[in-house]
Amino acid sequence: MEKAVRKYWPIFLLPTVAAFCVGFIYPFTQGLYLSFCKFMTVKKATFNGLDNYAHVIMDTEFWNSFWFTALFTIVSTVLINVLAFMLALALTSKLKGSNVFRTIFFMPNLIGGIVLGYIWQILLNCVLSLLEKPLLALDATYGFWGLIILMCWQQIGYMMIIYIAGLQSIPEDYLEAAKIDGATNMQVLFKIKIPNVMPSITICSFLTITNGFKLFDQNLALTGGEPAHASEMMALNIYETFYGRTGPQWKGYGQAKAVIFCIMVICISMIQLTVTRSKEVQQ
Amino acid sequence: MEKKNRILRRILFVFLSVLSVAWVYPVFMVLINSFKGNRYITTNGVFNLPTKETSVGIENYIDALASKGFASAFAYSVIITVSSCALILICCSMCAWYITRVESKISKACYFLFVFSMVVPFQMLMFTLSSTADRLKLSNPFNICVIYLGFGAGLAVFMFCGFMKSIPLEVEEAAMIDGCNPLQTFFMIDLPILKPTLISVGILETMWLWNDYLLPYLVLDRKKYSTIPILIQYFRGSYGHVEMGPMMACIMMTVLPIIILYLVLQKYIIKGVIAGAVKG
Repeated sequence: MEKAVRKYWPIFLLPTVAAFCVGFIYPFTQGLYLSFCKFMTVKKATFNGLDNYAHVIMDTEFWNSFWFTALFTIVSTVLINVLAFMLALALTSKLKGSNVFRTIFFMPNLIGGIVLGYIWQILLNCVLSLLEKPLLALDATYGFWGLIILMCWQQIGYMMIIYIAGLQSIPEDYLEAAKIDGATNMQVLFKIKIPNVMPSITICSFLTITNGFKLFDQNLALTGGEPAHASEMMALNIYETFYGRTGPQWKGYGQAKAVIFCIMVICISMIQLTVTRSKEVQQ
Repeated sequence: MEKKNRILRRILFVFLSVLSVAWVYPVFMVLINSFKGNRYITTNGVFNLPTKETSVGIENYIDALASKGFASAFAYSVIITVSSCALILICCSMCAWYITRVESKISKACYFLFVFSMVVPFQMLMFTLSSTADRLKLSNPFNICVIYLGFGAGLAVFMFCGFMKSIPLEVEEAAMIDGCNPLQTFFMIDLPILKPTLISVGILETMWLWNDYLLPYLVLDRKKYSTIPILIQYFRGSYGHVEMGPMMACIMMTVLPIIILYLVLQKYIIKGVIAGAVKG
């Protein structure tokens, strides 16, 4: 059978792989090469070695955006996961109307980042103006917490769904056995429920970390990096370097930043996966 | 004990109810403001319900539909989402079938590259991708699905591969012995079995495609085409006078179809999310 299938590769494999080359492999390798170049358009590129990287490492704005992103990722990951898990616990405790709550909490996921950012900008601006504090004051504090609230609002529902699925897959016998042995609710939670939903925790923390690190739409729509790039995250910083300035050197810097960003994202996801995978238990 | 439990439950129920009201409020705020006249949408008045004096009925919706390219942006968004999603589903399921059924170095390499592509952030390729698309004449809403197929293949192939392994080989072998060629086997045997997976992947991809902003913004010919996220960002970014009323109506008309679709297809969407998570 394998032989028969093998002959059909132009039909089965080729379309996807060809599109994949156009949409991923070719731009990726070209981007890698261009990060060592000075260029305006793809065709007119001159090789200049590590100059771009040297410049990026000295760029304080880039490192500011890095710290902003890192802080944002940590705070949002912790908040989203803890709150989503608590909600999942509440909704699996055979409460009346669980399904309705689940439906409502999941809803914001379907609305895109740009629209969400815009809605929340109006809302937060109005709340803050009632308190007589503008969203884009002189520092990025309100922008930061605005983004956190926005991301919590959007992502808690999604993660909650995954946690609910995890909690529901715990065999009833475990819980019953624990009850018979006289375990308190707290013990059941920490000794049985949490170890058994470790796979869900792996996935949710993976998703929240990468979403936080790669965040772009919400950042652009809510604060746009104001004031003076203080609330700019890495993805937006790279975008601004590419398209927000004129001059041939910037595109090269932007591409070098993108390569560094890409390596960071890959490393972080690898580390995160190995750390939480090692804590999973077999059922 | 029993009584205390019941009180706790009641408190939890009330708390969750309050929380869900807070969850819906932002959308509700847009809804009430979309019925107000332009000059009544101020920072102080946003929270008030429309009254007889401030309400303009559905005028904002008519304005929004009539002007500013909302209708065409909506149409382009639909075209891009539907064509890309269909293409991704068909091509990626076929590709995943080949990868799981033929064991060779090429399939392994492909699989590895697909998984790798899921982690790479879009910023890494945005500049080169948009120039590539320009050169290959893929920068219009009818051809952009090729770019989406390439860029979105990672997740789809990965998920299909996960499910493909659970289909028993015997069924396919039986079909082959009965004289089906691989194409017939795939379309008549595997696709029907894969139907739930197709729905899950389709929903995940649709959620992404419909809301995607940066890829179409950079790839599409900006003077001629825009999608809904681009349109909304464009309004917001244009400094000076923004017509808040029609803007709110625009947002409402963008959000409403998704919410209705969600309420109808809820079961599948939630299944899709869980399936995506388990395989991810």
